[in-house]
Amino acid sequence: MARKTPLYEAHRALGARLVDFAGWEMPVQYTSVISEHEAVRTAAGLFDVSHMGEVEFRGPGALESANGLITNDLGRIADGQAVYAGLLNHAGGFVDDVVAYRFSPERILICVNASNRAKDFAWMREHAGAVKPVDRGDDFAQLAVQGPKAATIVQRLTPLDLSSIGTYHFAEAPVAGVSCIVSRTGYTGEDGFELYCPPERSVALWNALLEGGAADGIRPAGLGARDSLRTEMKYALYGNDIDDLRTPLEAGLGWVVKWDKGDFVGRAALESQKKEGVTRKLVGFEMREPGIPRHGYPLLDAGVPAGMVTSGTMGPSVKKAIGIGYLPVAMAREGMQLEVEIRGRPVKAEVVKTPFWRRS
Amino acid sequence: MADYPKDVRYTKEHEWARRTGQTVLVGVTAHAQEALGDVVYVDLPKVGAILAAGAVFGTVESTKAVSELFAPIGGKVVKVNQSLADEPHLINQDPYGKGWLCEIEPAQPSELEALMDADAYAALLAASPA
Repeated sequence: MARKTPLYEAHRALGARLVDFAGWEMPVQYTSVISEHEAVRTAAGLFDVSHMGEVEFRGPGALESANGLITNDLGRIADGQAVYAGLLNHAGGFVDDVVAYRFSPERILICVNASNRAKDFAWMREHAGAVKPVDRGDDFAQLAVQGPKAATIVQRLTPLDLSSIGTYHFAEAPVAGVSCIVSRTGYTGEDGFELYCPPERSVALWNALLEGGAADGIRPAGLGARDSLRTEMKYALYGNDIDDLRTPLEAGLGWVVKWDKGDFVGRAALESQKKEGVTRKLVGFEMREPGIPRHGYPLLDAGVPAGMVTSGTMGPSVKKAIGIGYLPVAMAREGMQLEVEIRGRPVKAEVVKTPFWRRS
Repeated sequence: MADYPKDVRYTKEHEWARRTGQTVLVGVTAHAQEALGDVVYVDLPKVGAILAAGAVFGTVESTKAVSELFAPIGGKVVKVNQSLADEPHLINQDPYGKGWLCEIEPAQPSELEALMDADAYAALLAASPA
């Protein structure tokens, strides 16, 4: 039986189509994926992402414990800042990709993917240093308000001065009277916030955002739009573009690995991979003939299998069929011609610069 | 909400077929387009292709999913809807009209009569889980 977020009834009342996602019954769309995608690019979208998990490290040594598990460096950011990071296995592959919040050196909160909640928590328990994490996944609902109007909408509902909250910064403040962690982060390529709140207050917050943002064009948006938005940004989706066998260096996420921070799980493997050089890289490509690339389709070099599509869609904003996939390093450069095998037929594509979409 | 015009016949794969003189127009039903969501790409057969009844003759893709199209009747493709290349969303907007897929010259026109009428199709939808 799929789990339900506290907003399940609200989604049903809005006429959402619900699907099983990572064991959760989640809205994939309310009206249409494309219109919800457009709302996020031009006004604002409201997403329920309460299926995401949270893991907390508390007490003296919390920062050191958490930092030993992730590739990015909690030591080089200030309190009230967050980092995107890899949580790696010993081979350098992704156990998950996460966002780690530094409240203080004695309080770190890590947000993990819904599909990996149990795996991540077990992994972190086993490999953490002195301070062991606590699973806080059921203590938070999470709403994402994303789009050029997001700040205007949230600002009307909170005494917190949002102009003081930069990208990847956060603060604790009431929004519509609901105590939240207000984080200027997201997964869409637009400005916006992720609001962590008590589950029992999430419906009040959801309704306040929809009502308060109605005049600005806010719309509830489902996982379908979330996926097309992130694909246009070439943001990785765990289980599609990255997994236990792919490393940050292969995934083009070398920037989340801080080599000067000291040891972390997976570091030795990454160092040797860096020395030897990666053999494949995650690239973005555009179709040059009609067809839509999909996860699992082969990538061909003059008809010969060379890699695999990990994500693909018709990009509603870029108005092109776009894809992400792994290619041998020799092919992983802009302008490279390749084919995507679509139902047994090679269809022309070209490696392009990413992100596919840039905010204007 | 989905509607079921009386002037077409239906398949359990949610396609429709409408006799227009000597040929038969084929498309997907309102229920199908609703289930698919935003259609973003349609792959259709070439004019002149010979289809067997029930065979896969193309695909229709929404933002998330790829679905195969099954020929409601056998015959020769005499025309395909070129507008869908640039405007695949016509399938969402007007599934029984501008969103038609192709025109078939039936090998056995009687095959059409074997398909469901509107009442039978509505009953099928009512019986299947939402």
